[in-house]
Amino acid sequence: MPAMIETRSLRKVYPAASRKRVTPARGTPTPAGGVRHPTPHRGTGEIAALDGLDLEVQEGEFFGLLGPNGAGKTTTIGVLTTRVNATSGEAYVAGKNVVTDQVAVRRRIGVVPQRPNPDRGLNVIENLLFHGAYFGLSHAVAMQRAMALLEQFEIADRAYAKVDELSGGQQQRLMISRALLHEPRVIFLDEPTVGLDPQARLALWDILRILHAQGRTIVMTTHYMQEADELCDRLAIIDRGKLLALDTPSRLMAQAPGSTLIDLTLEGDCPAAAILCRAINGVQRVDEEPAGLRAYSDRGGELIPALIHAAEEAGCHVQNINLSKPSLETLFVALTGRKLA
Amino acid sequence: MKPDALDDAPLPVSDVFFAMLRRDIRVARRELPFFLLRTTMQPLLLMVVFGYLLPKMGMVAKGYTATLLPGVVSLSLALSAVQSVSLPMVAQFGFSKEIEDRLLAPIPSHLVALELVTAGTLQGLFAGLFVLPVGRLIMGAIPGLGFSNSLQILSVMLLGAATFSALGLLIGCAINPQQIGLMFSSIIGPMIFFGCMYYPWKGLDSVPVMKYAVLVNPLVYVAEGMRATLTPAVPHMDLTVIAIALVALLLFFWYLGLRAFMRRAVT
Repeated sequence: MPAMIETRSLRKVYPAASRKRVTPARGTPTPAGGVRHPTPHRGTGEIAALDGLDLEVQEGEFFGLLGPNGAGKTTTIGVLTTRVNATSGEAYVAGKNVVTDQVAVRRRIGVVPQRPNPDRGLNVIENLLFHGAYFGLSHAVAMQRAMALLEQFEIADRAYAKVDELSGGQQQRLMISRALLHEPRVIFLDEPTVGLDPQARLALWDILRILHAQGRTIVMTTHYMQEADELCDRLAIIDRGKLLALDTPSRLMAQAPGSTLIDLTLEGDCPAAAILCRAINGVQRVDEEPAGLRAYSDRGGELIPALIHAAEEAGCHVQNINLSKPSLETLFVALTGRKLA
Repeated sequence: MKPDALDDAPLPVSDVFFAMLRRDIRVARRELPFFLLRTTMQPLLLMVVFGYLLPKMGMVAKGYTATLLPGVVSLSLALSAVQSVSLPMVAQFGFSKEIEDRLLAPIPSHLVALELVTAGTLQGLFAGLFVLPVGRLIMGAIPGLGFSNSLQILSVMLLGAATFSALGLLIGCAINPQQIGLMFSSIIGPMIFFGCMYYPWKGLDSVPVMKYAVLVNPLVYVAEGMRATLTPAVPHMDLTVIAIALVALLLFFWYLGLRAFMRRAVT
């Protein structure tokens, strides 16, 4: 069966002047021993938001795009939803080319934006009815589906309210209703839970699980590890427009180096400390960080005294210690050298 | 899940286009009181001051209303058309992103721009037609206003509204929300004062530089066109020249406006 979504060496380069989609990296981008990425800043100062991205999403799959701000997640969604023209490469949604067959692609997709963007000139139900009209639904069909969706998402009592009167979570549910109204084959959600309170976030997860159970293909971007872990069948970890890892959450987790990640914040610059720490039995890898060292331990927190001792021996004072259990987060840090959020 | 075939069922772009037009009419109808206030306040005040008060005081000649009335009608029409496209565009592209639902509708993006300009043209036309009888009430009989040349009047209005609507698309897509005040002081202001609204173009004979410089201003042609049709006794440009100029400006603004729109619609 052909893939529902396919991208082939997708590249998107923004000229130097327009940096709006790319935020600068936090911290030092390339840890010693970590995966080294080609810098996105080319000689001319242009920025590659996508740098040769190959993806394949199967029908019915819940697919997650995970990465920090500026990783290229939104640009990827933009290309797949016909709103961003790739500089090179190809992308297909439901077998249709996103550039040459835009209208056909738009008919097959539903998009839930990062920030709710309801039509504020219209009330809640009109938002859905006009959306239905844009997709050729008759008034009766649109009305029936709209009410059913509003019921399902528990905002039917707000059907005739102005959209500005809805809470953030309600607006988000209206956006999902709108994206589903024309029964698209693929649903794109761009950071759907950003800005929602924990309760609304859990409610949204439930909705997404139901949609998934209905057999819809879902592509979601997120920078919340837990969200990706809970919901997605497969995850693509991307950073700086490149695919770093792609697998099921559990298998990705198994790839995380060491079992535990220990961050040591050190006073001053101590290359000697790294050498001593690497020699400790049970330490798999040590990366030098601007603020200190990052050690990957396969004996959990047990190695902390030894690490402190090694650092002190090298003449470095340990200011702080942070321990992270193995998770997608630690894998992400190992792959990119930076934290997600 | 629906069968694949449904996704390929014919969906004429005209259906989508008219659904969007219905949306704009629905929104405009809901905002009608504000719309009328916004588009007619200035022309109404102008008519009261220049058409009624000043002639009464003897500050301007009685016949001045004949010069001013076409100008006033063209001003409401132009302002209404340009604002009804540019103001929502600035907001919807700039921060509310409301336009995205329409940009993701199954219709080529340039037709979304065409729909916006069409809706703006209708609003401009509506504003012009609304001001006309108001002017009649304040300023007295309008010599050219009759059934016989209604087609000419409507044609000038339609062309003028379309031109300004296309200009609205260009302005709305090209400027940032922060610059909206600047738009009024730097574009709309001079356009009004040098738009042959208060005086016929012929009156600029004594200032030749100005006479030819104002020809880039689309309001000149709308005002002159209204003069030619509503008050033919006042000196005015030839209607053919007016039509050609308006069509040329319309195409020019549409070309630039569409380019700016597409740059925002697909990045």
